[in-house]
Amino acid sequence: MTPAVPHATPSSAAAAATDTAPYDVAVVGAGVVGCAIARRLALEGARVVVLEKAADVLAGASKANSAILHTGFDAPPGTLEAACIAAGHAEYRAIHDRLGLPLIETGALVIAWNETEAARLPALMADAERNDVPVHPLTAAEIRRMEPNLGAGVAGGFRVAGEAIIDPWSTPHAYLAQALANGAALMTGAEVTGGTFDGAAWTLAVAHRDAVRARVVVNAAGLFGDRVEAALLGASSFQIRPRKGQFIVYDKPAAALAGHILLPVPTEITKGVVVCRTAFGNLLVGPTAEEQEDRTTAALDAALLERLKKRAEAIVPALEGETVTALYAGLRPASEAKEYRVAAHPDRRYVAVGGIRSTGLSAALGLAVHIHGLVAGMATGVMGGAAPADPVWPRVPNIAEGAPRDWERPGNGGIVCHCESVTRREIEAALAGPLGARTVAGLKRRTRVTMGRCQGFYCSAALAALTDGRLAEPFVPAHPTPLGAGADHPAASVHVAAGRALPAMPADALPSDAAPTGSARAEAPPAETACAGAARADGQPAETARRDAGPADATRAAVSDTAPSPATVRATREAGR
Amino acid sequence: MSAATPDAPDLAIIGSGPAGLAAAIAARALGLSVLVIEREAEPGGIPRHCAHSPYGWREYRRLMTGPAFARRLADDAARAGAVIACGTTVMALNPGPALTLASDRGIETITPARVLLAMGARETPRSTRLIGGTKPGGVLNTGALQGLVHLNGMLPFRRPVVLGTELVAFSALLTLRLAGANAAAMVEPADAPTARWPAALLPRLLRVPLHLGTRIDAIEGTSRVEGVRVTGPRGTRRIAADGVVVTGGFRPEAALLRGTTIALDPATGGPVVDQFGRTSDPAVFAAGNLLRPVETAGWCHREGRAAAATIAASLAGELPPHGPALSITLGDGVAYVVPQRIALGTGPHHARGPGAGSAPDAAQVRLQLRLTAPVRGEVRVEVDGRRIASLPVDSRPERRLVLTLPPDVPPGSATVRVEAEA
Repeated sequence: MTPAVPHATPSSAAAAATDTAPYDVAVVGAGVVGCAIARRLALEGARVVVLEKAADVLAGASKANSAILHTGFDAPPGTLEAACIAAGHAEYRAIHDRLGLPLIETGALVIAWNETEAARLPALMADAERNDVPVHPLTAAEIRRMEPNLGAGVAGGFRVAGEAIIDPWSTPHAYLAQALANGAALMTGAEVTGGTFDGAAWTLAVAHRDAVRARVVVNAAGLFGDRVEAALLGASSFQIRPRKGQFIVYDKPAAALAGHILLPVPTEITKGVVVCRTAFGNLLVGPTAEEQEDRTTAALDAALLERLKKRAEAIVPALEGETVTALYAGLRPASEAKEYRVAAHPDRRYVAVGGIRSTGLSAALGLAVHIHGLVAGMATGVMGGAAPADPVWPRVPNIAEGAPRDWERPGNGGIVCHCESVTRREIEAALAGPLGARTVAGLKRRTRVTMGRCQGFYCSAALAALTDGRLAEPFVPAHPTPLGAGADHPAASVHVAAGRALPAMPADALPSDAAPTGSARAEAPPAETACAGAARADGQPAETARRDAGPADATRAAVSDTAPSPATVRATREAGR
Repeated sequence: MSAATPDAPDLAIIGSGPAGLAAAIAARALGLSVLVIEREAEPGGIPRHCAHSPYGWREYRRLMTGPAFARRLADDAARAGAVIACGTTVMALNPGPALTLASDRGIETITPARVLLAMGARETPRSTRLIGGTKPGGVLNTGALQGLVHLNGMLPFRRPVVLGTELVAFSALLTLRLAGANAAAMVEPADAPTARWPAALLPRLLRVPLHLGTRIDAIEGTSRVEGVRVTGPRGTRRIAADGVVVTGGFRPEAALLRGTTIALDPATGGPVVDQFGRTSDPAVFAAGNLLRPVETAGWCHREGRAAAATIAASLAGELPPHGPALSITLGDGVAYVVPQRIALGTGPHHARGPGAGSAPDAAQVRLQLRLTAPVRGEVRVEVDGRRIASLPVDSRPERRLVLTLPPDVPPGSATVRVEAEA
């Protein structure tokens, strides 16, 4: 197996732990909640390090959700969850344009499918009113006029105008990119296995790495939140009970079948089966809700998926003629209680952000503000320096439909993934920079390659060639084959031709006005700067060098590395050892 | 538009597989200016990575591998004067016809006089089949496997399970063998292999266990496939494997046509065409595996050649206009029929069905069709309950049937159905 470039090198971590002052805050876990917290704390002036045990970010609960920006109309009124969803929803609306994130204003219809459900509508609308979310009651006939493709049995409902569709992966990527651009550091492959608090700072034990010191620890470890808490405090105040959700994604033509997000009347356990469009122009149905012990594997269950499909076809009968493009399953980090498990321990300089079960994407920005308040309130000076007066606002590349895509611009290198219209330049940009993809799944989340209707039938070979030697887990493992580079093989000339068709693109081929490049420039990549720094002759610790240089210089330093060739990557990797 | 890619050719062909390139060669011979648009980096389509025989016998009188056949077709098309624009994707097909192209150059629009759709077909992925289990790396269609092996020299696994027994599944076995690997097992949900002798002998020759009446319950593994849980006549068991090749279940690659004015046939998954290969837009034609899943490269080649001739006739005003027609509806036991519509106008020109011959000069229309289940009996074409044509059959669904209609069929609606022998 070929190791890829780590997001930060052990040597730079060692430098931070021994040669320099501790970080202000270590955020454990780079899911949507951890990414949003890192952003908020960095924007407030803290020196933040994000520790992620997986090879890439968003590898746990945040890799799969329904991609809805909820209003919180149905959140239990008066709870932290309700407050965080409301605040998170409002902040997303305020910042999404500056970060290049989509917002698809569909609104939602809550639909009662029988008289029993209809009887619960007034209570739901009363909750919405207590949550300050405007809703509008609708008759069955009005709902049919709005959504002519609905199946039989609509008994009534109401509209929630503020519910919207967002991009579930670009969103946390953008939060973390902004944190990094404003001085935060990211370490992937960095599992926190324990820690000691000496009254002033934590020394965190990190698997396979040197210890990391930080004045405050924020536990946003999602599905492993209770384990991290036990490792740090000796016992955990909550228990994670993973709850699996399976989804079906229909091909793009099906998106025309539902204008609104179609919600059922929720129960105590789950929001129920949702039918909605996605930011990428598909139609999504799900999730299921299944308790399980396993915290890492969310297996697809064919029988349950068949039932989910039948349920979807009852809601929108025309789905019967539509093609399923993808299936996925995720795990909600639910706990033994319904509410969020957020608790600050000022004496230990520790904050738990646990049990963020199914509203994390909507609540993350609100949670981040709340957590900042808890951290800042712990002691004078824990937040480090002053907030940046003019913070950097990196834009993420747009991969959603409805806004211009890279294929529309010249110099894109041609389309590689035909179903999702992903260009070679988009893939190169996603592999580069501080948040460069380190896994196939990470590359998919950043670009949508292979996530379309053919699921890799057409583009697998081109992608394997393009990512060869650049991922922690290769697209294709290196099995020896007699066909390899054999010149006498009938396909040898085709092999050469394919190589010619995908030449390494020089960094200067990327025009400065293209979104992916723009963001690659704006996302100062501390990892690559750190790698380069580690190889510096004067031996000055990379982390120090980067901080001294400041984000703007780090950004400039990174530009030449925007699209490293495999050879550059290998050289950088060796330098990082 | 650069000088090399004409923006108003007589004919723009979307796709450079056997159908598209054969049409390009034939259209050039008929004097048309031709632009072939290919989204991949190289022309040739699927045969580019089918590195085994037999290809090319009928077209070139010699046995060739897929890549050799693809290269020969591309060379011939280029030599004939067709412009082949690779790395270029058709993003939209608009009335006119006007095509929106995307490439490294960004967006361009061209306005050809005629368009030939020749986008081919692809296999159904795992997701569409609702196969359960985890989602490790190493679950691929045959097309992806062959692209990795034959275009990149990369082998993604050493002992995969092969799902399906269509012809393409045996092509996957050959690819594995060429790459120095072998399948752990071949799994087929039906009780008999779909492709018959001699392909079905291949698993035994390669010592690959063939499990009939067996379905995949779940794929297991975290980062790569570790095994496959299957249920068959002997119950549920686990097969150790490091990959899964999900084969067959071809569907036309017709996504470009969704949301356009081109009528689609749910039965084939491709466009509705008449006997000239003409879609519901009289300036847009179709040929090859886009028409229906799925025929051989040679069959697609003939369809492409025939399409070039009808397109030349169309440009010369020799085709009957879109007017009165006999439309085909599917009755019991028939999976699909192509063409779906028989144009009846009194144009000076008549043609046989797609793929039926090199020149559209016969007065009789031939229907290609497939059955939904094995049957012994008769396929009948009926208009108002009256039989106008029939074909005795003793056939299984995977066999292509060709049924010739009598001349001068009436307008209206015809039903094609199976009458099983008592």
